[in-house]
Amino acid sequence: MGISRRDVLKNLAIGAAAGSVLQVIPAEAAALARQMVQKEKAASPAGKYTPKYYLPHQYETLVFLCDTIIPKDEKSGGAVEAGAPEFIDLLTSENEEFQLMFGGGMMWLDSFCKDRYEKTFLESTPAQQKEVLDLIAYRRNAKSDPTLRQGVAFFARLRAMTCDSFYTSKIGIADLQYIGNTALAEFPGCPPVPES
Amino acid sequence: MTQVQRSPKTSDVCVIGSGAGGGMAAKILTEGGLSVVLLEAGPPVHPEKDFKMFMWPYDLPHRGVGVGGKAAENFGEFLAPNGAWKIEGEPYISAPGTNFQWFRSRIVGGRTNHWGRIALRFAPVDFKSRTRDGIGEDWPITYEDLSPYYDKVESYIGVFGTNENVPSAPDGVFLPPPKPRCSEVLIKKACDKLNITCIPARLAVLTKPINGRPPCHYCGQCGRGCVTASNFSSSQVLIPPAMQTGRLTMVTGAMAREILVGPDGKATGVSYIDKATKTERRVSARAVVVAASACESARLLLNSKSNLFPDGLANSSGQVGRNLTDSVGSGGWGYVPQMEKMPPHNHDGTGGMHMYIPWWKYDRKNDFPRGYHIEFGGGREMPGAGMFDDVLEESEGYGVELKRTCRKQYGTGIGFAGRGEMVPNPDTYCEIDPTIVDQYGIPVLKFHFKWSEYEIRQAKDMQETFKAIIEAMGGEYKTKTDIDGPYAFGIEAGGKIIHEVGTARMGADPKTSVLNSYCQAHDVKNLFVTDGAPLVTNPDKNPTLTIMALSWRASDYLLSEAKKGNI
Repeated sequence: MGISRRDVLKNLAIGAAAGSVLQVIPAEAAALARQMVQKEKAASPAGKYTPKYYLPHQYETLVFLCDTIIPKDEKSGGAVEAGAPEFIDLLTSENEEFQLMFGGGMMWLDSFCKDRYEKTFLESTPAQQKEVLDLIAYRRNAKSDPTLRQGVAFFARLRAMTCDSFYTSKIGIADLQYIGNTALAEFPGCPPVPES
Repeated sequence: MTQVQRSPKTSDVCVIGSGAGGGMAAKILTEGGLSVVLLEAGPPVHPEKDFKMFMWPYDLPHRGVGVGGKAAENFGEFLAPNGAWKIEGEPYISAPGTNFQWFRSRIVGGRTNHWGRIALRFAPVDFKSRTRDGIGEDWPITYEDLSPYYDKVESYIGVFGTNENVPSAPDGVFLPPPKPRCSEVLIKKACDKLNITCIPARLAVLTKPINGRPPCHYCGQCGRGCVTASNFSSSQVLIPPAMQTGRLTMVTGAMAREILVGPDGKATGVSYIDKATKTERRVSARAVVVAASACESARLLLNSKSNLFPDGLANSSGQVGRNLTDSVGSGGWGYVPQMEKMPPHNHDGTGGMHMYIPWWKYDRKNDFPRGYHIEFGGGREMPGAGMFDDVLEESEGYGVELKRTCRKQYGTGIGFAGRGEMVPNPDTYCEIDPTIVDQYGIPVLKFHFKWSEYEIRQAKDMQETFKAIIEAMGGEYKTKTDIDGPYAFGIEAGGKIIHEVGTARMGADPKTSVLNSYCQAHDVKNLFVTDGAPLVTNPDKNPTLTIMALSWRASDYLLSEAKKGNI
C-alpha cells in the first residue's frame, strides 16, 4: 500500500468538507486512518512526530503547555500521552481561527516572556514559567490587568481543547471510570443512591 | 441539445421525501397495492457502514469534532448522516433582523436516522386549542380521529412508556420502559416534593423484539443511528417493507424542483434534478405525496407556479409557508452534589431520557397560553469534546488540581430542556427569496421568525422550574440567562429545536387552509402533503409520531379514493 497517512487525512478532510456522498466521514475510512496513525506512531521514536501546522519550537511549546494543563498523576497518564498535541495540531492545520488563536497565542506568550525575562517561554526558568502561567490561567487576572487579556483568552481555549483531547482518549475515558458503550441484555438502572 | 429525460412509466403515486412522513406513505401505499416512485434528495444509507455504533471518540482522528472542529456545531461527527444546519450549495436566508436555523438531512430516512426518538401523542385538547383559549385555529380533526392511527404507529414502530392517565399526555400502546438512571431517580424525588408530574418517557426504542427487530442493547447512542434497528428510523423500518412489495421504485440523489400540473389542474408528476448529472428529469404519477419536510415542502409548492396556479400550487389561500412554528426551547443545568457519591456504573441506557415531565400545569391559570414538557439528563455519560466546558468556566488553573476537579465533577451535572408550544404569528413564515437560487437552480427559502410574549413567558417559566427542581435536589442551578433581548430566558433561535411545522396547514375552510382533514390539497385533489406541514398547532409534544399517524391516515384515504377512482 503506497498510500500515506497524509493522503488519508487529506482525503478525509476533502470528503467531509464537500463532494462526498456522505457528509460525515464513513466509519471504515476513519478506522483506516486510525490504524495508520497508530502504525506510524509505533514506527517512529517518541518526539519524531512531524507537525502539520506548527513550527518546531511552537510545537515544543504546545507539548509543554498540554503537559502542564493535564499532567500525569498517580491515577493516569497526561494529555501528551493522550495525543493532545497531535490532535490540536491536526485541528489547527484545518481551521484559520485556531491558527490565529493558538499560533498567535504562542507568539504572544513568547513576546510576553521576552518583555519580562528577555527569554522565550520555553527558555524561561521553571519559576518564571510558573509565574506567567499563574497570570494567564485565571480570567480574574485579565480584569485587574487588561494587558493579560489576550494571554488569558488563549490559555482558556487551549485548556478547553487539551481537556477535550484528554477526555476523548482511551486513558482519559478510563480516568473518568466511564463504563459503557457496550451491549447489555438488560439495563440495570441506578445502583442504590447513597443517602445525602 | 439535452432533452429532459422522462420516465416512460407512470406510477400510481410519486412520494417526495423518505423520512417519517414519506416513508410511512410509501409503506402504506405500496402495501395497499399501488406502485410508488419515491424521490429522495440524498443518497442511500448503509447502516452497517455509515452508523458509528460502539465507536469511541479516539477511533476518529478528529475525536468527534470533525475537520477543523467544525462538525461540533452539527452535533458532532458521530451523528447519523447527513444532517446539517448548512448544506453547501443549498443556502437559505433569514430576513434581516431575524434568525431561523434549518436542519436538513439529505439521506434515505432523513432526520429519522438520528432523531431523539421521543414519541408523544398530541392530547385531545391540542386539537381544539382555539375553542379552549380563543387563540389560533382548531384542527379539522379530533383526537378520536387520529387515536386509532397513533395505536397502529406505536404498535408497528415500537414505543416504550407507561399508561399514566395524564390528560395532557394521552396513554398509548407501549412496551415496558427501561429502569430509570440515577439522575432520573433524583429528579423524580424532587418532582414529588414539588408536585410536578414525572413519568417514564415515551421513546421509539424497542425494549422487546418486534417484527424481527431485536430489542435495545443499551449503548445510549441512538443519535448515531442503530445498526440493529432497535430504535425506529424510516430507512430501516418503513422503507424495507415497502421495497419488499416489489412496488416501490426508489430514486436517490433526486432533488424535486416542481410539481407538474395538467390542463385539468391535477398533478401529473414531478420534475427533479438528478444531482449526480445535474440534469432535469421527470416522473409521471397519478397522485403526488409531498413529504420533503415542512419547509422544503412549502418551498416546492411555492416554486410550482403555473398559469393555473400563479401563486404556487395549492396556494389559493395564500397560506403555504405561513403559520410556521418551532418548539419553544430553553435549557439549563445544575450541579448536584449527590451525583458525586454515585459509584462508577453503566449509565448509558437507551439514547435519550428514560423519564420526563409532561405538561403538568394544564389545570391552572398561567401567564402564557398552552404548555411545555421537560426533558432531562445527566450522569456518567460517554465522555466527549465539550463535556467539561462548564467546569472549566468555573475551575480555572491547570495541572493535577484541574484534573482532579474534572474527575470529581464528571457526571454530577443535571441538564434540562424545556419544549413548549409556539402559537403561529403573522411575523413568522417562509417565502421564496426573489433572487437567490441553489446550485440546482431552484429558488431558495427566505425565513421570517419572531417569538411573541407568549413564548418568552413560557421560557421564563421553564427557567424557574429548572431552578426549583435543582434546588429541591440540594443542588445549585448554574445557568444564567438574559431577561430580555433575542434570547431572553434562554429561548433558542427559531428552528433550533428542529420541530418546524405548519407551513401547509389543514383546515375545514379552503380560504384559510391548504389541506383538508386528510392532508389532501383543497385546490388539487390528487396532491397530498404528509410531513410536518399539515400540523395546525405545534403542541409541546415532539411532532414525529403525529406526522406518522397523519401520514398513515392520509395514505389510507388516498388508497380508498384510488379504489373508488376518485384520484
